[in-house]
Amino acid sequence: MVGKNILLIYQSIPFLLRGLVVTIGLVGGALGLGFILGIPMAIGQVYGNKYISGLISIYVWFFRGLPVLVLLFLFYFGLFILFNLNLSEFTSAVLVLGLISAAYQSQIFRGSIKSIGEGQMLAAISLGIKKYDAILSIILPQALRISIPGWSNEYAILLKDSAIAYAIGVMEVLTRAQFVATRTYKPLPIFFISAIIFIILTYGGVKLLALLEKKVRIPGYGEER
Amino acid sequence: MNLEKADHDNGVVLRVEDIHKTYGKNEILKGVSFHIKKGETIVIIGASGSGKSTLLRCINQLTIPEKGRIWLEGEEVTHHMKEISHFRQRIGMVFQDFNLFDHLCAVRNVEIGLIKVKKMDKKQAREIAMEELRRVGLERQANQYPAQLSGGQKQRVSIARALAMNPTVMLFDEPTSALDPELIGEVLEVMRDLAMGGMTMVVVTHEMGFARSVANEIIFIEGGKILDQGTPHKLFTNPEHERTRQFICKIDELYGKTEK
Repeated sequence: MVGKNILLIYQSIPFLLRGLVVTIGLVGGALGLGFILGIPMAIGQVYGNKYISGLISIYVWFFRGLPVLVLLFLFYFGLFILFNLNLSEFTSAVLVLGLISAAYQSQIFRGSIKSIGEGQMLAAISLGIKKYDAILSIILPQALRISIPGWSNEYAILLKDSAIAYAIGVMEVLTRAQFVATRTYKPLPIFFISAIIFIILTYGGVKLLALLEKKVRIPGYGEER
Repeated sequence: MNLEKADHDNGVVLRVEDIHKTYGKNEILKGVSFHIKKGETIVIIGASGSGKSTLLRCINQLTIPEKGRIWLEGEEVTHHMKEISHFRQRIGMVFQDFNLFDHLCAVRNVEIGLIKVKKMDKKQAREIAMEELRRVGLERQANQYPAQLSGGQKQRVSIARALAMNPTVMLFDEPTSALDPELIGEVLEVMRDLAMGGMTMVVVTHEMGFARSVANEIIFIEGGKILDQGTPHKLFTNPEHERTRQFICKIDELYGKTEK
């Protein structure tokens, strides 16, 4: 019995590992998209006029207000078809997870930007530096550093949310595990392996981000106690 | 009246005329006018909330006044928001809370304006920045970050940062108010040297010793208006208003008369 399980685990590992690549692709793509959208959204919310910041608030309210699965179905079975977008399951999942992540990431960055205070902005402007230049070269470099702990949280949450792509048949880790489990009637060992894969990914990513945080720390600031 | 020509002829660097500023229902400035000639130092005193800091911020348009005009070397600053960056480069500003860029070391704080605004190449900007740090006595701290500097050192870096732009006039907004008492002296010394070196300066401060020994003119602001103005000698010995005498006495009690 035990020997059979070990054999099963052994045989399914390469199959699951191909899912690992898909999961990493999902998370990387969604985090990247969320980052690219989240930064300008945060800037718009802090420095934009009331229309811009109002629009962004509505976006954030929408994507934070609905369950991931509802959004995934809404876009995959609804909007993407309505607009005649012929997107693969993988692309659809990256897009939806990325749009959701943008809402959360924008709030991480917004908090960081606001924590810097307006004094440095005033100093930059008084030197004759243009506002957008000050945002890019003075505010953002500091805000991004401050954002790393919150961002690491977003990474861990998104990684686990990515398993929801199973619902539209993306061949990520969980989908493959389910596939093996139904074929072999041995769910426990397979789901156990996929759990380990997720834990390693979470731990590894968070660890890497902690290293990054340490590497870019501003000397004299927040010294390790 | 051709102020532009007149200012040029009389060596007037900065002219402020009838500045009004209201926050909500609160009229902070109710028509303030003054001018300063090249190489002069004007010290502005007044109780907190009297509008001193707002006045300084109106000069480089960090705060936009509702009414009034400002000229820098005969060119009008007000109503020219498109070119405001050109004026701001020529008006150095030093803040109470230093407002250094925390992610940049001292020398990069000083050179960033040259690189971003004057589009200077990095090598030249670095040379000028080092020179300015030397001028405020912080050459050895060039590679230290703001969090590694004392309050007095931070303020001197912020003075160097403003000086690097080679400004026509320097504005100081309570530059020593956030400092520990034993660090005030080093900042005042730098400012004194600057004044002696011929820099045109407008200084908001409670440091009466500095005002007495450095200022060409002291302006006392009360309730958003200039109540008294004149040479230090006149304001300290023979002010026009009793209120001015009271205020100076109080400040002297609080901060001590000890400074020469």
